Amino acid sequence: MNEDLGAQASRLLRIIDDSIEVERYELSAGATYEFDLDLARRDFFKLLGGGLVMVFTLKAVAQESGRQGAGRRGADAGPKEIGGWLHIAEDGSVTVYTGKVEFGQNIRTSLSQAVAEELRVPIASIRMTMGDTDLTPYDMGTFGSMTTPRMAPQLRKAAVAAREALIDLAAEAWKVDRAALTVSNGKVINSRTKQAIDFGKLTKGQKLLKVIADNAVATPADQWKIAGTSVAKVNGRTFVTGKHRYASDTKRPEMLFGKVVRPSAFNASLVSADTRDAEAIPGVKVVRDRDFIGVTAPDAHTAERAASAIKSEWKAKPQPSAKELFDYLRKESMPSRQNGGQGSIEDGLAKADKKLQQTYTVAYIAHAPLEPRAAVAEWNAGKLTVWTGSQRPFGVRSELAEAFRIPEDRVRVIVPDTGAGYGGKHTGDAAVEAARLAQAAGKPVKLVWTREEEFTWAYARPAGVIDISTGVRDDGTITAWEFHNYNSGTAGIQHRYDIANNKIVFHQTKSPLRQGSYRGLAATANHFAREVHMDELAHLVKMDPLEFRLKNIKDERLRAVLTAAAKAFGWGKAETAGRGDGIAGGFEKGGYVATCAEVAVDRAAGKVKIVRAVTAFECGAIVNPDQLKNQCEGSVVMAIGGAMFEAMDFADGKLLNGRFSRYRVPRFSDVPIIETVLVDRKDLPSAGAGETPIVGLAPAVSNAVFDATGIRLRSLPMVPNGLKS
Amino acid sequence: MQRITELHVNGNKLRIDAAGDRSLLSVLRDDLDLTGSKYGCGEGQCGACTVLIDGQATRSCITSVSSSAGKKIMTIEGLERNGRLHPLQEAFLEADALQCGYCTPGMIMCGVALLSKNPNPTERDLIRSMEGNICRCGTYPRIVAAIRKASQTMKGGGR
Repeated sequence: MNEDLGAQASRLLRIIDDSIEVERYELSAGATYEFDLDLARRDFFKLLGGGLVMVFTLKAVAQESGRQGAGRRGADAGPKEIGGWLHIAEDGSVTVYTGKVEFGQNIRTSLSQAVAEELRVPIASIRMTMGDTDLTPYDMGTFGSMTTPRMAPQLRKAAVAAREALIDLAAEAWKVDRAALTVSNGKVINSRTKQAIDFGKLTKGQKLLKVIADNAVATPADQWKIAGTSVAKVNGRTFVTGKHRYASDTKRPEMLFGKVVRPSAFNASLVSADTRDAEAIPGVKVVRDRDFIGVTAPDAHTAERAASAIKSEWKAKPQPSAKELFDYLRKESMPSRQNGGQGSIEDGLAKADKKLQQTYTVAYIAHAPLEPRAAVAEWNAGKLTVWTGSQRPFGVRSELAEAFRIPEDRVRVIVPDTGAGYGGKHTGDAAVEAARLAQAAGKPVKLVWTREEEFTWAYARPAGVIDISTGVRDDGTITAWEFHNYNSGTAGIQHRYDIANNKIVFHQTKSPLRQGSYRGLAATANHFAREVHMDELAHLVKMDPLEFRLKNIKDERLRAVLTAAAKAFGWGKAETAGRGDGIAGGFEKGGYVATCAEVAVDRAAGKVKIVRAVTAFECGAIVNPDQLKNQCEGSVVMAIGGAMFEAMDFADGKLLNGRFSRYRVPRFSDVPIIETVLVDRKDLPSAGAGETPIVGLAPAVSNAVFDATGIRLRSLPMVPNGLKS
Repeated sequence: MQRITELHVNGNKLRIDAAGDRSLLSVLRDDLDLTGSKYGCGEGQCGACTVLIDGQATRSCITSVSSSAGKKIMTIEGLERNGRLHPLQEAFLEADALQCGYCTPGMIMCGVALLSKNPNPTERDLIRSMEGNICRCGTYPRIVAAIRKASQTMKGGGR
């Protein structure tokens, strides 16, 4: 990884509030290119017309961007004035500014609800401007389920302050006591005289410069009128009509199409390239800069033709293959730090009647968002504008500034609502590539990764090996819990069971594949290992798996979701031959989840079908019940892939199954009956909900398969080639 | 190479100038700026590029523009009539059958083709027809609900 980006990532990690644990992989996939600055600068000069003098030296620029970075720590909370977050136009329409981005998690709607609620305006009058680095306040990125617990309260505060400022303006205009004034439906109203004035007439479209008071009090959840209801997706119509423009749909005047020549293997370096045939194609320009080689052409077809006409030779080192992955992860582990550990494992094991030691593994999987990475880059008078789908618009701005050694204020990144990411689009790979091509071509360039490129050159959810060693008394009390996670990560590594003696360790290792965050991060791997192990312990002491869990849990919220899921599922119902039931639960990112699964197993055919999945989820006060249900259902469906059949297969630095015809993702026929139980806690702050509901399915299914067959599945995916006896 | 100069899209005859071996999807998106049809895989495995050709659900990413010439092509942009959405578009909104929305045009076109041939599909029919379309956000149960809803509406004469 590039040093500066590494330092920046760790700085960003430090400033995240400790209450939400963001693991190392949240930002870890590093930059892929280091361009030859002289070459890039020559292109840059050409673009400026050659006559212009650079007004800054490279060193000064580096220092400048460093200062901007450092200065940001204090400013991370964002603008102090109302006007930085929202604007009320003369016609009363409200524009809200946030650096968060919409990837299908439906925050465009939920944040609109928050502002409409506090400003007392109809939701239709709200317009969200999102993820545009020139227009919106700095934001670290849309990840970690932080929009709901962080951005929504911030916008609520701004809206409360705006509401109060509008009352002040009306009181002044009417020369009355503000106590007589109320706010409703986009108007300030004098309750005595029934006089009313539109917000737009008060602001006259001027920016509200008033500083947001720290003590601005948001409406409590039990008094919500707009939040807490199932408001439909605010821009839904643009999607069902095909009118919404994703980054990959962006079109600019004189735009060219780009294509990158990919290395022969991961981490290969370019030895030589014969580009003569490509350059002979009319309209084609070849761009070579160190290990980067790409082309531009007037249309995508010609760009593809030109790229495949380049004969390139690459040098790759021997690399581990998927077959030896888990041994490799163990072997290459580095000195580790303990993540949790009260009590003594020795004492705990001494008090145990039975001991259990097991290993669980998790394969690399791909995010495979249906919209692959895409970017349109345009240089204009030394300023770079890029439309791209990234979860970190400001992070991509830094990547671009870094790659081209220009100050960040000369880079604008615009992120239209994107065709999903699931944690897989933190990096600006396509943006950097498109910008390099556009710089050389002197015209806007569109670059859309192919599905194979997205599978191969994006990053993977980390694979992992988890060793668990425990002791349990015959009455079901767990006396010792030792947990070692190699590589997959720390999210969800802490359990919520009431255990006296613990040792919990994350071991960092070398990763054969480029890896990064994924919906729920390592919480899926850690919950899988833990909740399957819990089931094994329950059987060891001959207790019902639900009863065994409840015996070891004091946390009322976890008990509540386990009980709710079990009740809706009918836990303990009569057994049917070839069928099995399983349960799993946990906590992550402020949300509590429990899933019950029923499977049907055909031993002769080796087939496992998930018949039914019931998930109970609690994330504090519910902002939008139907959309929350949608996220829970979607999490369960996505979880089926990683649980049952998804795995990236690789050897010799090459991905072997980087296509939808070779890499199976969940489809219509894989979907069981899905039921969701939402537990609404209006007395608790709302937590994010796009990630955590994913963690319960895999262990619940594994436990159900054991219930049906006595076969214990400890590796994800569990049945990529069916169930073997 | 054969060049194609006209396509019949959404009821209009449109002038183009494209090499015949280009994909219909790239011509729709890049030449005609009809970007509602999406690229998802380039091998006919995900359904994001689905359009109707003479009423048949077709993967435009693996269909050449030369084989599409002279035929009636319908894209997601052609479903709305005089500002009125197709019942299946309405049903998608009502069922909130989308998250990121990228698969939505292909899902809707596939669903429209299904309902036009089979106004009252069984669960089996529905899954068989839709199995080639991927929604990574996992809104499948809602898409099934939306198609059922539209099936009901259309029986009442809603197109």
